[in-house]
Amino acid sequence: MKLIESPEASEAKSAAVSKVRYHTVKRKPGLSLTAGIIFIFLLLYFVAIAYPLFWMIVNSFKETQAIFNDSWGLPKEWLFSNYATAWEQGVSDYFLNSLIITAGTCILTVLVSALCAYGLTRTGLKGGKWLLLFVSAGLMFSPQSGLIPLYELIQKMGIFDTYWALILTFTAYRLPLTVLLIRSFFLSIPRELEESAYLDGASSLQVFSRVYLPMSKPILFTGVILTAYYSWNEFLFSILFIQTEDVKPITSGLLVFKDALNTNWGVLMAGLVISALPLIVVFLLMQKHFIRGLAEGSVKG
Amino acid sequence: MQRTRIVPILYIAPAIILMALFVYYPLVRNIVNGFYEWNPFTLDRSFVSVDHYVRLFKDPVFYTVLKNNLLYAIISVILQVGLGLVIAAILEDKIFRKFSTAFRTTYFLPVLISMTVIGILFSFIYNPEVGLLNSFLKTIGLEEWTRGWLGDPNTSIYSVIAVSQWQSIGYCVMLYVLAVQKIPSDLYEAATIDGAGKIRAFFSITVPQVKEMTFVLLIYTVTGSFLVFSEVYVLTQGGPSNSSQVFSTYLYQKAFIDNEPGYASSIANVILGITLIFYFVQNKFLKTGEE
Repeated sequence: MKLIESPEASEAKSAAVSKVRYHTVKRKPGLSLTAGIIFIFLLLYFVAIAYPLFWMIVNSFKETQAIFNDSWGLPKEWLFSNYATAWEQGVSDYFLNSLIITAGTCILTVLVSALCAYGLTRTGLKGGKWLLLFVSAGLMFSPQSGLIPLYELIQKMGIFDTYWALILTFTAYRLPLTVLLIRSFFLSIPRELEESAYLDGASSLQVFSRVYLPMSKPILFTGVILTAYYSWNEFLFSILFIQTEDVKPITSGLLVFKDALNTNWGVLMAGLVISALPLIVVFLLMQKHFIRGLAEGSVKG
Repeated sequence: MQRTRIVPILYIAPAIILMALFVYYPLVRNIVNGFYEWNPFTLDRSFVSVDHYVRLFKDPVFYTVLKNNLLYAIISVILQVGLGLVIAAILEDKIFRKFSTAFRTTYFLPVLISMTVIGILFSFIYNPEVGLLNSFLKTIGLEEWTRGWLGDPNTSIYSVIAVSQWQSIGYCVMLYVLAVQKIPSDLYEAATIDGAGKIRAFFSITVPQVKEMTFVLLIYTVTGSFLVFSEVYVLTQGGPSNSSQVFSTYLYQKAFIDNEPGYASSIANVILGITLIFYFVQNKFLKTGEE
C-alpha cells in the first residue's frame, strides 16, 4: 500500500525529521523539568516510607505524655530506659521464643527438604513423578483452607501451646517451595561426582551428606533465608496455636504487650523497634542473597 | 536390591508425612466438614448437606467480604504491580542511578517488618485525636478531611488497604528492578536511535520484556489479596460492624469467636475454591507463555 513518495512528501518528511531532532535538542531543559517532578515524586514516596519508621524510633525514646503533646518533635530527654523496660516486661521472652521457633523451622525445613529433594532426584525412586506432584501441589493450598481441622489436630496431638505447634506447621507449609528450589539445584550437580563416590564404597546417605549438601550451600542458604523471613513474621498460626504467654512468638506477643501497656506508648514503640530490627539487620548485611532468594522463591511460587 | 527399594522412601518419608498430616489431611477434612454442623463443646455432629453454602450466599456479610477482597485485589494490582513497575523503571533510568540504591532499599524496608509492628504503628498514625495523619491534614489546612480512619465504616477498609500498599509496593519494585536489569541495554539504544522517547521505550520495551515477572507478581498479589488476614486483624478485626471484614477474618471470627465451625468450614472451602481458580489460570498462562 506504500505510495511512491512525491518530492513534497519526502521534503515534508525530512522537515519532520529535522523537527524531531530540533525537538530532542531543545527538549533538554524540558526533560530535566520532568526529571525534577519525577524526583520529587520519588522523594515523597521515600518520605512516606521513611517518616513513619523514623517517627517510631524517635517516639520510642519519649515519655507517653511527650508523644501526646508533641508527637512530631524530637524527645527533649532521650529515654533509653524505654528499651530496658520493654525488654524486661515481656519482649525478651517473645523474642527468644521467636528465635527458637525460627531456628527450629529453618533447620527442620531445610533438612527435610534436602532429604526429600535427594530422594526424588538421585535414588531411582519409583513413582517419583507422582511424589513430586504431591509435594509441589502443596503450593496451591493456603493455610486458611484447612485451618479448623488443623487447629483440632494440633490439640489432639498434644502439641497445642508448644513450639512444635508452630515449627511443624510452618515446616509443612514451607516444604513445597524449598523442595522445588533444592531439587532444581541438585539436578544441576553432575552425576559423575556421585558415581565416583559410590565406587569408593560410599553409601547413599554418605553421598548425600558429603557430596550433595556441601555443594548446595548457596541454595540451602537461600532456603534458610526464605524460611526465616516467613517464620519470623508469620501471624495466623501464631495467634491460634499458642495461647500461653511464655511460649508466644513476637508477632502475637506484641499484641498482648500492646494491651498490657495501653498507657505506656514510649515503651510500646521500643518493643516495636526491637522486634523489627533482626530481619532489617539480616537484610542490610546480606542484601544480595536476600533479594536473590525472594526472586527465586517468587518465581517458583 | 532390597536396599534400593526401601532407602529412597526413607529420604522422602519425613516430607511426605509432614505434608500429609498438616497440609492434606486438614484440607480434605475441611471439605467434608463443610457439609456438617457441630458444636465444638458437645461434639454432636449432623449432616446438613449444602445448608451452610445456602446460608453463605444469603449472608450480607459474605458480599461485603467479597467486595472488600475484590477492592483489595484491584487496588493492589494497580499500585503494586502497575506503579511498582513504573517506579522500578524510573529507578533504573540513568538519570536516577545515583539515588537508586538508597530509594530502593528504603522502599523495601517495610517488607521486612511484621504486620503486627506495622499495624500497631499505623493505629497510632490513624488515631483520631493524636494521630499523625489527622494532625498532618490539619497542618495543611484540610481539617474537614480528618476523621477516625479505622473507626469510620466508610473508610475502614481503605485505611487497611493503604497500609498493605505501604508495606508491599517495595517488594514489587525490588523484583521488577531485578527484571529490568536483565533487559539487554542495546534494545534501549536502538529505540533511542529510532527517536523513541522514554515513555514509548517503557511501553514498547520494558513492559513486554518483564512480562513474566508481571505475571508472577499479578498472581502473587491477587492471591495475597484474597488471603489477607493479619493487617485486617491487627487494625480493625473486621469492624466496625463488619465494614472491613475479609474472607480470612470472617473465617476466623465464625470459627473461633462465634463458635460456628461448620459455617466457618464452608467459608474456608470458598477460599480454597478461589485460590484453586487462580492457580489453574496461572498454570494455563504459564504453559501458553512457554510455547
